[in-house]
Amino acid sequence: MDGDTGSRIERVFCELKKRGEKALITFITAGDPGLEETKRLILELERAGADIIELGVPFSDPMADGPTIQASSERAIRNGTTLPKVLSLVREIRQKSNIPIVLFGYYNPVFTYGLERFARDVKRAGVDGILVVDLPPEEAGELKRVLKPQGVDLIFLLTPTSNTRRLRVVTENASGFVYYVSVTGVTGVRKRLSGSIKDQIKRARRYTHLPIGVGFGISTPQQARKVCRWADGVIVGSAIINILAENGSPSVLVKRVGTFVRQIKEAIKK
Amino acid sequence: MKRLPDRRGHFGIYGGRYISETLMPAVMELEEAYLKWRKERSFRDELHYYLREYVGRPTPLYLAQRLTKRLGGARIYLKREDLCHTGAHKINNTMGQILLARRMKKTRIIAETGAGQHGVATATVAAMFGMECDIYMGEDDIKRQAPNVFRMKLLGARVNPVGTGTRTLKDAMNEALRDWITNVYNTFYIIGSVAGPHPYPMMVRDFQSVIGEETKRQIKRKEGRLPDVLVACVGGGSNAMGLFYPFLRYREIRMIGVEAGGAGLSTDRHGASLCGGKVGVLHGSKTYLLQDRYGQIRDTHSIAAGLDYPGVGPEHAYLHDTGRVEYTTVTDREALDAFKILADTEGIIPALESAHAIACALKMAKRLPSRTIMIVNLSGRGDKDLNSVFERMEKDII
Repeated sequence: MDGDTGSRIERVFCELKKRGEKALITFITAGDPGLEETKRLILELERAGADIIELGVPFSDPMADGPTIQASSERAIRNGTTLPKVLSLVREIRQKSNIPIVLFGYYNPVFTYGLERFARDVKRAGVDGILVVDLPPEEAGELKRVLKPQGVDLIFLLTPTSNTRRLRVVTENASGFVYYVSVTGVTGVRKRLSGSIKDQIKRARRYTHLPIGVGFGISTPQQARKVCRWADGVIVGSAIINILAENGSPSVLVKRVGTFVRQIKEAIKK
Repeated sequence: MKRLPDRRGHFGIYGGRYISETLMPAVMELEEAYLKWRKERSFRDELHYYLREYVGRPTPLYLAQRLTKRLGGARIYLKREDLCHTGAHKINNTMGQILLARRMKKTRIIAETGAGQHGVATATVAAMFGMECDIYMGEDDIKRQAPNVFRMKLLGARVNPVGTGTRTLKDAMNEALRDWITNVYNTFYIIGSVAGPHPYPMMVRDFQSVIGEETKRQIKRKEGRLPDVLVACVGGGSNAMGLFYPFLRYREIRMIGVEAGGAGLSTDRHGASLCGGKVGVLHGSKTYLLQDRYGQIRDTHSIAAGLDYPGVGPEHAYLHDTGRVEYTTVTDREALDAFKILADTEGIIPALESAHAIACALKMAKRLPSRTIMIVNLSGRGDKDLNSVFERMEKDII
């Protein structure tokens, strides 16, 4: 990995590596509690130490998500959040911040938008990567073909169930980073981490030179620190959404998220 | 005729495997197991044995004489899937899948259900083989299909209410998929329709094809020839695929799939994905969906819970585009009328889902000559619907 070339996502991982640090990737749903708040949140997340933003594009049927993100998606859809509005939001963010942004969602809204148009518009808006949960590499050929010339990364998942055949298929197709799902399950806060993460990451590294981020179920600074002993980065989502769902004015909640993210960032620096 | 699906599970541009990576190894394992066992004599014999001795196959192909006379047109035969054990065609498939699950050494069964027919059929075979069983069902459906909920519980299954989204079949399927993602190592997911990721649309079609195969033998014996028209209702579309599939290569046979017209196609209260939807991706396959312009899945409506689903099996999408099968709709109102007409002319109370097929047959048969042979798939019986029909009729009287 050369620090001067490659995507913005790869450069972030590369710079962190030079400093001996790990990436903190934070997930929020666009439009929850509202699009204006999402904008403020992204800037707060960046100030608090997030290195990459995963921005959820809400979908009516989020099959891979637990109750927290399901509820968050429902709120966002009720607030009128649509893919075009998410793209406008990213465009506005780009006037203030260069933090890499990955859109995270399901295939139907992307497919309905039109793949060519999607690739062109995400690039224009300043999106750095796309992760489509229900689009395995086998079905991703078309999206990959249109994203590649735009230089937008297509990120894929590896999971504890991934066998050798899957490891090969996924890593051959991935760009940006590899998202390792730490549990056999849906998104959501969990008390304990799976014991096999270390071995799984080691195994994945035999197949790819891309950085590996670990997500699903990571909700405390301690868990984040532990994961970062082996991974290149950690993804925190439901724990942040839970804070946003608490009682309080939007500005208070945004601050609270900031405090929480700073704690995680501190923990993974050590 | 091309054999479909292709090796990756595509019917033309439809079908495929649009699922979370966690499930990819599981569906690949399932595909391998299915392709292996479907050829094995021991598996086929065992399935055949249980279909005969337990399900009660073959089901009759019954000439509906009074109905035929009343309409004065085509000769109408009813394929009596309502006489299967548990009262619907669903058990043809659950029996096949549970035998596969046993060979794959899975210890736990999960399923989604809308009307509750697939849930009952799954709970039944799980009870019969002593397997743990979890059924997911939308809260709205639990209310309107109370007898089936009680049945599933009697059969030892846990019925898990799903309160998210529209609280119907699609949400039950989301929740079943989430369960599968979480418990994939020991759990077998019995999908009830020709939907979901490959190999489900193919596998469920194959298990349901027993309907069409039997029908073919029976009609040849009764009439000395093949039928002219086949009619079946389409929600996800498993009873229709089961009837149609063995006849697809006979180009002269007309096939009609009947979707839920609900309050009418011009309203947005219906369940007609093929007649009123657009192509998209949901629950593992590319197919026609009811959705808004941003790709969010829309609320659907049908008086028949089993047709209240925003998608349709990918093979139907393909057959729709090629024109091989015609798809049409009937409204709640028409289905209710057909429900009453069949009860009082033939002494058969159909499921509200099947009443859609009957309603279409009523409209068509009149205009066809008496030498025309029409076969309608009577996919289930109506006992489960008595409450909701009663309520609706009371309302209509007032």
